[in-house]
Amino acid sequence: MAGDSSMSKGLQGFIDSQMRLWWWKVLCVACLAFATIGGMLLPVPRLNILNETIRNLYYHVPMWITMMMLYMAGFAYSIIYLRTGKLKDDIFAYQLTATGIAFSVFGMITGMEWAKYTWGEAWSNDPKQLGTALSMLIYFAYLVLRNGMKDEEKRAKISAVYNIFAFALLIPLIWILPRMVDSLHPGNGGNPAFKSYDRDFSMTIVLYPAFIGWILMGFWIASICIRTNMVRYKQENRYQYDIEKNSANA
Amino acid sequence: MANNLMVLVRKDMLMEWRQKHTLYGVGLYVASTVFAIYMMSGQPEAKQWNALFWLTQLFVAVNAVAKSFLQEHPNRFRYYFTLVKPTTFLMAKMIYSSSLMLVMSLISLMLYSILLGWPLEQGGLFILISLVGSISLSAVFTFLSAIAARAQQNSALMAILGFPLVTPVLMILSNLSLKAISPVYQPGWWVLAIVLLALDLLVIILGVALFPFLWQE
Repeated sequence: MAGDSSMSKGLQGFIDSQMRLWWWKVLCVACLAFATIGGMLLPVPRLNILNETIRNLYYHVPMWITMMMLYMAGFAYSIIYLRTGKLKDDIFAYQLTATGIAFSVFGMITGMEWAKYTWGEAWSNDPKQLGTALSMLIYFAYLVLRNGMKDEEKRAKISAVYNIFAFALLIPLIWILPRMVDSLHPGNGGNPAFKSYDRDFSMTIVLYPAFIGWILMGFWIASICIRTNMVRYKQENRYQYDIEKNSANA
Repeated sequence: MANNLMVLVRKDMLMEWRQKHTLYGVGLYVASTVFAIYMMSGQPEAKQWNALFWLTQLFVAVNAVAKSFLQEHPNRFRYYFTLVKPTTFLMAKMIYSSSLMLVMSLISLMLYSILLGWPLEQGGLFILISLVGSISLSAVFTFLSAIAARAQQNSALMAILGFPLVTPVLMILSNLSLKAISPVYQPGWWVLAIVLLALDLLVIILGVALFPFLWQE
């Protein structure tokens, strides 16, 4: 395991060193400002039924990609935690996953809003919606499991194990389930997905900055949560340390 | 290791045999569940029959498999820890709970045939699918009951963790068993069956890889 930990150390070292820097936050704000304003104002292809709702692509798809990135990072940190056993890595894993859960809620809301205008109703038992609802339930269960435990070490270990188990099962299930039933969702059963709009330069020019901007925004939020919790963790441990020292003196 | 495995499985079965009340308890749970379904739905159509059967299997799995880790005192795990490797222990529990679940699914199938009718064209195929299904359900729930036991929670937590994870497995199982109900041509049947087996394998591999971490204090 020594060889693997050097790789994970390299990754962690990189993340630790970049977390406090400003360059990617400026990039994030610039991308999001462009994607938000451009997403509203720049021309889009005129398509039947979709019409102006196609602009939802700039907000809905980045939410899912950001969620996936955050879940993957949380998954990676859960593995790192099981390797190292440092509570710092548990804070990373939990905060990244929790931010991912918030983004899954945003993705669901933007998707349902869009479905209301194009499919006629916000919830139509589409397999994509069902798969998403399942993954949301899985991660809400993660929150329930985690918050039910008081002991820090134990909580960290058990929630890391569940996170790895759930994420590794979730990926094949998300791929299988939508293929078992016909879907209305763009990209399924002959419905056009955003790949077919890629040829349209006016959409690509907004979509890719939106991806970069929202992914960076997700990691920015997560990094703020991580840093506040790190401060809290250090303070709490110092308090414990002081008590131990005083009782030893007395 | 194989020797240890068999000893552990035999120990669990022996305990089950000596404390017959828990075994009868699960059997009674199956019987009353099927009876409650019968009271409400009578003899349903084949498709509803199939859906109700798999729902029953889900609830029976939660109750039968919960016993594997949750019924033992946490302190006794420390004793097992000194005796065997964690993976052996998990495998033993998985074998034990799958065999318990196999018996329970056969019992529920029998009760279904008595109370809710037998709308099956290929009974043998359905029995085979329900046996594979009970192994997949018990493999997932054994691992989750280990998590719930380590978190010092009850089987409610196991259900919360498990239901979203096994819903797709249940969907695959009920789609597979449609072939046994009506002789309709299903193009992707073998692919679906292979996917189910691959998922089972994945659950077992994940369980074996992760259980040692769960085990240590």
